[in-house]
Amino acid sequence: MSKPVVATTSLAGCFGCHMSILDIDERILDLIELVEFDKSPINDIKTFSRECDIGLIEGGCCNSENVEVLRDFRKHCKTLILVGECAIMGGLPALRNNIPIKECLEEAYLNSPSVTENEERIIPNDDELPIILNKVYPCQEIVKIDYYLPGCPPRADLIWETLVALIEGRKPKLDYELIKYD
Amino acid sequence: MDTFVQEVLEAYQRDKTRLMDILIDIQAQFGYIPPAVVGQIAEALQVSRVDVEQTLSFYHFFSTTPRGEYAIYLNNSVVANMMGRAKIAKTFEDELGCKFGEVTPDGKVGLFETACIGMSDQEPAALINGVVFPNLTPFRVREIVRDIKAGKSPEEMLTASYGDGQNSSPLIKAVVQNHIYKKGPVLSDDYQPGEALKKIVQMTPEAVIEEVKASNLRGRGGAGFPTGLKWEFCRKFPSKQRYIFCNADEGEPGTFKDRVILTERAQLLLEGMAIAGYAVGATQGILYVRYEYKYLQKHLEEMIRIGHEKGYLGQNIGGKEGFDFDVRIQFGAGAYVCGEESALIESAEGKRGEPRDRPPFPVEKGYLDQPTVVNNVETLCSVVKIILNGGSWYRSFGTEASTGTKVLSVSGDCRYPGIYEVEWGFSVNDILDMVGADVEDVQAVQVGGPSGACIGPDEFDRILCYADLATGGSMIIFNHRRDLLREVILNFTNFFIEESCGSCVPCRMLSVIMRDKLLKILNGHGVYQDLIDLEEWGKIMKANRCGLGQTAPRPILTSLKNFRHLYEERLQDKDFDSGFDLEAAIKDACEATQRTPHLHKPERQETAYENELVGAIGDLL
Ligand SMILES: Cc1cc2nc3c(=O)[nH]c(=O)nc-3n(C[C@H](O)[C@H](O)[C@H](O)COP(=O)(O)O)c2cc1C
Ligand code: SF4
Ligand code: SF4
Repeated sequence: MSKPVVATTSLAGCFGCHMSILDIDERILDLIELVEFDKSPINDIKTFSRECDIGLIEGGCCNSENVEVLRDFRKHCKTLILVGECAIMGGLPALRNNIPIKECLEEAYLNSPSVTENEERIIPNDDELPIILNKVYPCQEIVKIDYYLPGCPPRADLIWETLVALIEGRKPKLDYELIKYD
Repeated sequence: MDTFVQEVLEAYQRDKTRLMDILIDIQAQFGYIPPAVVGQIAEALQVSRVDVEQTLSFYHFFSTTPRGEYAIYLNNSVVANMMGRAKIAKTFEDELGCKFGEVTPDGKVGLFETACIGMSDQEPAALINGVVFPNLTPFRVREIVRDIKAGKSPEEMLTASYGDGQNSSPLIKAVVQNHIYKKGPVLSDDYQPGEALKKIVQMTPEAVIEEVKASNLRGRGGAGFPTGLKWEFCRKFPSKQRYIFCNADEGEPGTFKDRVILTERAQLLLEGMAIAGYAVGATQGILYVRYEYKYLQKHLEEMIRIGHEKGYLGQNIGGKEGFDFDVRIQFGAGAYVCGEESALIESAEGKRGEPRDRPPFPVEKGYLDQPTVVNNVETLCSVVKIILNGGSWYRSFGTEASTGTKVLSVSGDCRYPGIYEVEWGFSVNDILDMVGADVEDVQAVQVGGPSGACIGPDEFDRILCYADLATGGSMIIFNHRRDLLREVILNFTNFFIEESCGSCVPCRMLSVIMRDKLLKILNGHGVYQDLIDLEEWGKIMKANRCGLGQTAPRPILTSLKNFRHLYEERLQDKDFDSGFDLEAAIKDACEATQRTPHLHKPERQETAYENELVGAIGDLL
């Protein structure tokens, strides 16, 4: 039987959740025995090369590219799991949600004291750039999500236990320590 | 400016617990609280600037920017909308040339929204500099704007004849109507002030409490706690000073009975407070009145003055050595949550109206940390009649477990909206008949305001009583022309979002998420899972600290239970739809950066693959 295939991505996240995936320490060796990785920053594969079993998503959606990637994941992954506060709730990036986008952009590129080299007063608008969304969206407000792993980041043990349980087809054992946050 | 502020500060003896009064007076004088005076206040009260700012920023009627020489607050409650608020709002905007939330460029007029102002039987209604303008029509609005432009004062702008009863007394002079259609012990005309006081001075305080207990009287403010028991708890808790609060915050949309009692039976209420004071051993009473009823201030002050003159208040009341009781009025400044008893106390101490953690309950640790009884207006009025006629007499009204009467505030689609004092035990059908509703055409009745229940015709035989349909008194009737979800449930949910004090996460956040889910369904993107989500998430709201957050999901939950078809007929026949619209989501950024959207248009592919990997894996959380 071929191994289950896993894909991961970081949308509007800080990569902290991916660090937490790596935080399973030496169990990473077990992991590569258990699964194969497709598209993921871990192996730097940029596009899906096949249908996947599990997709892990870090971060919410703050721009049009995030949305496209997320939809692509939904298309290619049988099970989608949100990893971390940003993916589930928007997290820190969503702090901007109460401020109109125009104000945000002007603050970032024109008015903030740290802006020193923008004499033409341009807000980046190259066609290559993804377009910022009016607010940061949690992923489940865009596509259907199967499971949620809370935490900022979720503990490595929680991610590990979830993956293994999923692969072994059993309920995960969620000890209190795994889902305790203070 | 400085001298006025100084005078106000002196008038309240630089007492930081009177910050509400200080801010109310300054707001009234300048139309806003200038930032410059915040420091002055802080210094005089010996508190930090932030202490002043946090109270200031909490209340709807305080502002740090000018609200206009004429500050117009138009009610945006469900009933106001039903009675044609949209046209009124548009006429104001057109005539004044400014939008809601704005002040005209010359600084003359400000237009603002406000939650139910307790005039549901005479909507649409607005407050202009505290003066009530009920029964507005577009014609009337044009008159008002013309008068404003001519520089008339709000009082001069009242053209209709004054309302009935005390409304037309020189101290009130309001065009507000009482609309009392049915009277009982609380509202009855045969009341002789002072008789009950004469009686209690012959009794021990314990005997007074026993009599109230014997009547089985329960709180009329909504929660229904046995009044005698509350008094006993307070009396038994050791302390040198105790306080009696009368809760006249009356913020539940659709409720206006306390307004009518304050107008017509203020003496009765003050007597009830004095009796409570005698029973629990308190010498100070505080009548907390919502800001919206500020037009009753002179009248209430006069009633207190008369009380002193006649010896119903003050020292040695009824000739009894040591029976001292005085009452002061505390006005709120626009916050529904202040009706919650511990928030009420916080507010009266000059702070943000944030509910306290309980226990300790106010009967142990209330106002200024002393044992405090908080009772509704109607509860305290009922007590007087119980003392006069006895607990067993009172039990002859109502049902076995719910004794006495309830003053109902009826509004919405019926011929005679107004005040009805009925015995407990009437059915909703009885009430509908009584108020001239076309029973055939009634789609739903909201019993107990937004925090109560929305019920349909198959439940109209239910009985008003604590065991079945408990109510603080609000009844709003909706006929079949009303879009229940969009006009009613959405408005109620927005009300709770607006009024949340923000302390508890579910109350602050989940109500918004649930509202957005409701909107998604209303906008045609609903799927069956959304209904399940709403039901499940509603349960989490029980974790909130106070009644506001705990009842905030009720409009959605009770309508989901009783009017499920209204939701189901809007659902789509698919598993999943987030309602997310990428083009709409990038519109703002495209405008801000002058870009043309160039989106790859993927075919909408959002349905989940069947999870083949695992059979049964429960929810992770
Ligand atoms: C959000 C909220 C608002 C309330 N508003 C009022 C009110 O306007 N008037 C009132 O009497 N009770 C109100 N209550 C109930 C009070 O907390 C308290 O139970 C009541 O004043 C006690 O008086 P009673 O025992 O005479 O009913 C409110 C409660 C909550 C949670
Ligand atoms: S949840 Fe926390 S760790 Fe994960 S991406 Fe967001 S901020 Fe980083
Ligand atoms: S439930 Fe809501 S209103 Fe009540 S204390 Fe919590 S946040 Fe404040």
